[in-house]
Amino acid sequence: MTDVLTPVLTDNWDQERSWTLASYAARGGYRTLDKAFAMTPDAVIDAVKESGLRGRGGAGFPTGMKWGFIPQDNPRPKYLVVNADESEPGTCKDIPLMMASPHTLVEGVIISSYAIRANKAFIYIRGEVLHVIRRVQRAVQEAYDAGHLGTNIHGSGYDLDIVVHAGAGAYICGEETALLEGLEGRRGQPRLRPPFPAVAGLYASPTVINNVESIASVPSIIANGHAWFASMGTEKSKGVGIFSLSGHVKRPGQYEAPLGITLRTLIDLAGGIRDGHELKFWTPGGSSTPLLTAEHLDVPLDFEGVGAAGSMLGTRALQIFDDTTCVVRATLRWTEFYKHESCGKCTPCREGTWWLVQVLAALEKGQGTEADLDLLLDQCDNILGRSFCALADGATSPVASSIQFFRDEYVAHLTHGGCPFDPAAATLFATAGAQV
Amino acid sequence: MTLSTETYAELREIAARYPEPRSGLLPMLHLVQSAEGRITPEGIEACAELLGVTAAEVSGVATFYTMYKRRPVGDYHVGVCTNTLCAVMGGDAIFERLKDHLGVGNDETTEDGKITLEHVECNAACDYAPVVMVNWEFMDNMTPETAMQIIDDLRAGKEVHSTRGPRIVTWREAERVLAGFPDGLADDGPAAGPASLVGLGLARERGWTAPSSDEGGEQKGQNQ
Repeated sequence: MTDVLTPVLTDNWDQERSWTLASYAARGGYRTLDKAFAMTPDAVIDAVKESGLRGRGGAGFPTGMKWGFIPQDNPRPKYLVVNADESEPGTCKDIPLMMASPHTLVEGVIISSYAIRANKAFIYIRGEVLHVIRRVQRAVQEAYDAGHLGTNIHGSGYDLDIVVHAGAGAYICGEETALLEGLEGRRGQPRLRPPFPAVAGLYASPTVINNVESIASVPSIIANGHAWFASMGTEKSKGVGIFSLSGHVKRPGQYEAPLGITLRTLIDLAGGIRDGHELKFWTPGGSSTPLLTAEHLDVPLDFEGVGAAGSMLGTRALQIFDDTTCVVRATLRWTEFYKHESCGKCTPCREGTWWLVQVLAALEKGQGTEADLDLLLDQCDNILGRSFCALADGATSPVASSIQFFRDEYVAHLTHGGCPFDPAAATLFATAGAQV
Repeated sequence: MTLSTETYAELREIAARYPEPRSGLLPMLHLVQSAEGRITPEGIEACAELLGVTAAEVSGVATFYTMYKRRPVGDYHVGVCTNTLCAVMGGDAIFERLKDHLGVGNDETTEDGKITLEHVECNAACDYAPVVMVNWEFMDNMTPETAMQIIDDLRAGKEVHSTRGPRIVTWREAERVLAGFPDGLADDGPAAGPASLVGLGLARERGWTAPSSDEGGEQKGQNQ
């Protein structure tokens, strides 16, 4: 029986100066490179396939299969791009990982690049996290100095260079083809697929784009074996993942557990909901995944379980809201975010998110009629599935799910002539008594 | 004002990191901000000239990304997260209080040129909500009072530290790091803040670990 929490990626975060090469190497860091180099690249791909690792950036696509799509007979250079543009509201796992243990990521980049036969890799980090960028820059430099990067790494004959690239503020660049546009020095607007990046990605060359946590999982899979990784988690969602709890729990933070753990268990580990309050709604994987409620506390948090409950596992970004939170306010704010971050390329998204904000903002002030709820759902229907990328789909998630579960609360805004909630009661600093 | 020879050389250096020079544009624009205090027409022209693209193309990029500023930014850019989770946890109250306190609106700079206030979107620190970013360093678990204190200290020229990072450098110094020129502060600050470690702490307390390796001989739970 696997333990409730299973620190793998987070396991060294409490070590003295864990971000340094000295600390990482003292725990066996970079030793797995030799094991990987003794395997053929295809054998590394097979091991990752066998482990069952699925993309940790939200979509859950099998990582090894993605690597296998790279056409090795294509004469152009192959590239690995790490998506470190963590921006999905609620998602906060890759940033602490890169802050505490950037070498885990760098070692993962080396093994993954070797597997897909890339000699150049890029780590695209959102620009708004200065100290994280410092730590990753430093880790890459240390890895070069120690001979883990550059030419003929560990005498293997394999060469790799890593470029650390800072973004400049655009949620859309978390979308992989928009990220490539940013990395090519352009406005971050998604590309039409096909061709997929595996065939024509960066500079129209075969490119693998993986999330930080996916790549950081690779060294432990190669070191401990794919069966070890697959022994954790559930049948179709193998391995461990970092679950990020935020909001109205007593101890928000990072909890690394096998996929399939429930929110009930996680909230229990987090000390419960704030005293005197109860769970009202939550996101399983960021704001782009439909809201769930207290009736979903026992849903297994794996790709299948959350999907069956009508939402998505996403990035395991568990934003927890208690009964002091107005769901209309929450939804309006997320919708304003999507409107702001829409790149403007596709009309349904650019115009649709604008219209959603208009209708929601009026409802939040108690203006409009109950028919506006159907108007919102109709707008969602005209946005969902009609754009190049998933940003627009994500924008409809909080709107549609909040109406599904909390229609009465929207109506209450109309009958009350505005928001019936006291926003002060929901704050972190209100617990002393503002809400009583 | 034209860019210095050093800045030109560094812009070229950035472009040379990439197989195709245009890939350097985002960090190059960060360097322009560091050198000029904002994205200037001269900075746009310089990037365009070095990359062999039109100024309109560079301008198109500079106006797409929110970290690029066309107006001068203060020494300290204060970004209050008002995305849903932080807003609910107190970000809205903090932002209102700072606007009042500083007498500026969103994306405006105080008359002394010290502070630029802006509300920002989710900055990936939700377990520390409400979060304020100062020159893109984390200020975790803020209240209106602690946020005001930080701003007062910055305006008074006192040294201020991130709650899980180094001393706060100026906005222009920060932009230089984003352009890929390290400032030597990577080793400052802790490995992680308290919220990042709660799950690990519980696992240690209760003796929970990942299973042993199936390859034999390798240390259990080791982060190889």
